[in-house]
Amino acid sequence: MAAVLNVPTVLPLHSFLAQQGDRDLLRFSTAGSVDDGKSTLIGRLLHDAGGAFEDQIAAVKASKINRAGEGKVDFSLLTDGLKAEREQGITIDVAYRYFATPRRKFIIADTPGHEEYTRNMATGASTCEAAVVLVDVRHGPTDQSRRHARIARLLGIRHVIVAVNKMDLVGWSETAFRKVVNAFEGAYHVPISALEGDNVVAQSAHMPWYRGPALLDLLETLPVGQEAQTAFRLPVQLVIRPDARFRGFAGQIAGGRVRVGDMVTALPSGREAQVTRIVTYDGDLAEAVAPMSVTLVLDREIDLSRGAMIVSGDKPESARRIHAQAVAMQHEGLVEGREYLLRHTAQVVPARLIKGSLPMNGIGEVELEITKPLYFDPYTFNRSTGAFVLIDRLSNNTVGAGMIDRAARAPRRVSAARQAAAWLRKAADKLEQFSDGAGI
Amino acid sequence: MATLSHLRALEAESIHIIREVVAQFQRPCLLYSIGKDSSVLLRLAQKAFYPGKIPFPLLHIDTTYEYPEMIEFRDRYTREIGAELLVYTNQEAVAAGANPYDLGTSKCCHQLRTRALVDGLKHYGFDAALGGARRDEEKSRAKERVFSLRDAHGQWDPKNQRPELWSLYNGHINKGESVRVFPLSNWTEFDVWQYIHEDSIPLVPLYFAEPREVVVREGSLIPVQPNVKFLPGEVSETQVCRMRSLGCTPCTGAIRSQADSVLTIIDELKEFKRSERENRVIDHDQDGSMELKKREGYF
Repeated sequence: MAAVLNVPTVLPLHSFLAQQGDRDLLRFSTAGSVDDGKSTLIGRLLHDAGGAFEDQIAAVKASKINRAGEGKVDFSLLTDGLKAEREQGITIDVAYRYFATPRRKFIIADTPGHEEYTRNMATGASTCEAAVVLVDVRHGPTDQSRRHARIARLLGIRHVIVAVNKMDLVGWSETAFRKVVNAFEGAYHVPISALEGDNVVAQSAHMPWYRGPALLDLLETLPVGQEAQTAFRLPVQLVIRPDARFRGFAGQIAGGRVRVGDMVTALPSGREAQVTRIVTYDGDLAEAVAPMSVTLVLDREIDLSRGAMIVSGDKPESARRIHAQAVAMQHEGLVEGREYLLRHTAQVVPARLIKGSLPMNGIGEVELEITKPLYFDPYTFNRSTGAFVLIDRLSNNTVGAGMIDRAARAPRRVSAARQAAAWLRKAADKLEQFSDGAGI
Repeated sequence: MATLSHLRALEAESIHIIREVVAQFQRPCLLYSIGKDSSVLLRLAQKAFYPGKIPFPLLHIDTTYEYPEMIEFRDRYTREIGAELLVYTNQEAVAAGANPYDLGTSKCCHQLRTRALVDGLKHYGFDAALGGARRDEEKSRAKERVFSLRDAHGQWDPKNQRPELWSLYNGHINKGESVRVFPLSNWTEFDVWQYIHEDSIPLVPLYFAEPREVVVREGSLIPVQPNVKFLPGEVSETQVCRMRSLGCTPCTGAIRSQADSVLTIIDELKEFKRSERENRVIDHDQDGSMELKKREGYF
């Protein structure tokens, strides 16, 4: 089985490199405890696809710690990279691992499952397009697997794959598998044995009743790159002006595509301009697509600096009050009435939580009021322009993360509106000190 | 143009990170170690601000145990691309004769790399330092954020890292604190070589195989240099070899290899079964060795 994944050594180098160049990238998260067999699964993917090296495996074998049982390799030691994790036998923070097959490159964000480390799970899952949630077929979904699936869905991960593990321990029973399928929702369910390798990289001979793909097959064929399908969005990170003749707007395309000659709109000014050049170090482009980092030159002088957004197609929404799903990530939770710094695309603005306190690790609906209109897309349309984090003004720590679903209604009561207006004026005065450097 | 190749997706992510650093910090620098990862990072920095120049200086921590080829390459290449180069050395430790033979590799490395780096950043007043470290290099690195906060003593607290979601990097710091930023976090060794090939990035000749005078020490090939001492019973021999990663002369071994070009290195890499830092003595001198060094401020 392993040989199928290894790059064939007979392939001439130039075609090998061409094949390398064509491969795309899939990021997926995993979560769960050693008991679910998560580490065994990752170990098997890394090992069978050549993502772990002999000396690393040897170091794992030589370690004093072994939770896998005598004679077996404790693969969790490959990913639990912190001393405290190895000593306590738990995953505290997300670890990133890398492997590749001839079809695709993969980044695994291996995240902790304990509620205490929800923030680290969210950190790992936020950039992923798929999540592999492990369930022990004998015990059904645990709190950890439910939390992982919930956070994955919250973060807009479309492909939640439920890997029903330890099928070897229930005699490869379809009935046992169906029970988990009925108890636990997911886009895909795959019966596997991480220990034996069944349905991990190759189809299992033990479960003829399962006609779906093996886990790796599924990961290799999930669609990626959908950010290119949305309307064009370029949050301006920097204005590049090396001399008086050049003024370019640099950023990473957060959605859609842009061509030379396109009419675009600069927000917040609303001024229109035509794209005259798409500049890169490797030469000008006729067209650029998300998620490329580029520099745009426009045909006329318009007011554009860091934090602005260049768009075309459907306009983003604009609101001073937003409604969002949020996660509280530090001990103090998120507190109604408190003011935070809101980091969204390439800007930082003061924002006040006006509705929905959350305790640490709490997930729920909130409303925020911002000092100036925020241009956004609902998170389900665009993860880059629909996401924000909240930063505590004293500790500077990231205390919350949110996914915008819509503009919130303006306050009904006049007194509340007046209060809000007064606060906005005050906050706007302070705004200057938070603005990042505008250009270079 | 349906989806980007994985390498161009990584490139775009790295450029975004480098631009964020310039936007969010007062005085950033790029830690330039002259190695292959630094060379890729430098190219990405050029791309991030093109047609402008790199808007921050490069900082090289010179341990005085560098290979002469590295120093020659450093001076020539940075001049060629018009980058500003700063060099910092822990002069006090050098004057006191710091060397790995008397101090042991762990203490020597602390003096000449970790201490020098923390002092160097403070000396120039840098609040952010871009580095070429990758998560696939070592298991404690696999845990590190892209924006990695350091306290006023340059130390890392692995159990209390800031949440870092999407590509929203939090660069807010208090006075005295600083941030290490790793734009190549998600690159693998293979990605780096493929990028060097595709983008024709110049490298120090030490990466390419040629006959070199070496001593064989615990399975590592240590190239003979004026500051490499022979241990009792050791004799030098000539081996065709190359460096897979670059460090100080006494502590970084070469590997037996015939690969004398980027393409033949990639060809060889396909067959590799052992990790690239295996030849770095400092990673293995204690359990959790890299994590301890990083806690103290190591790059």
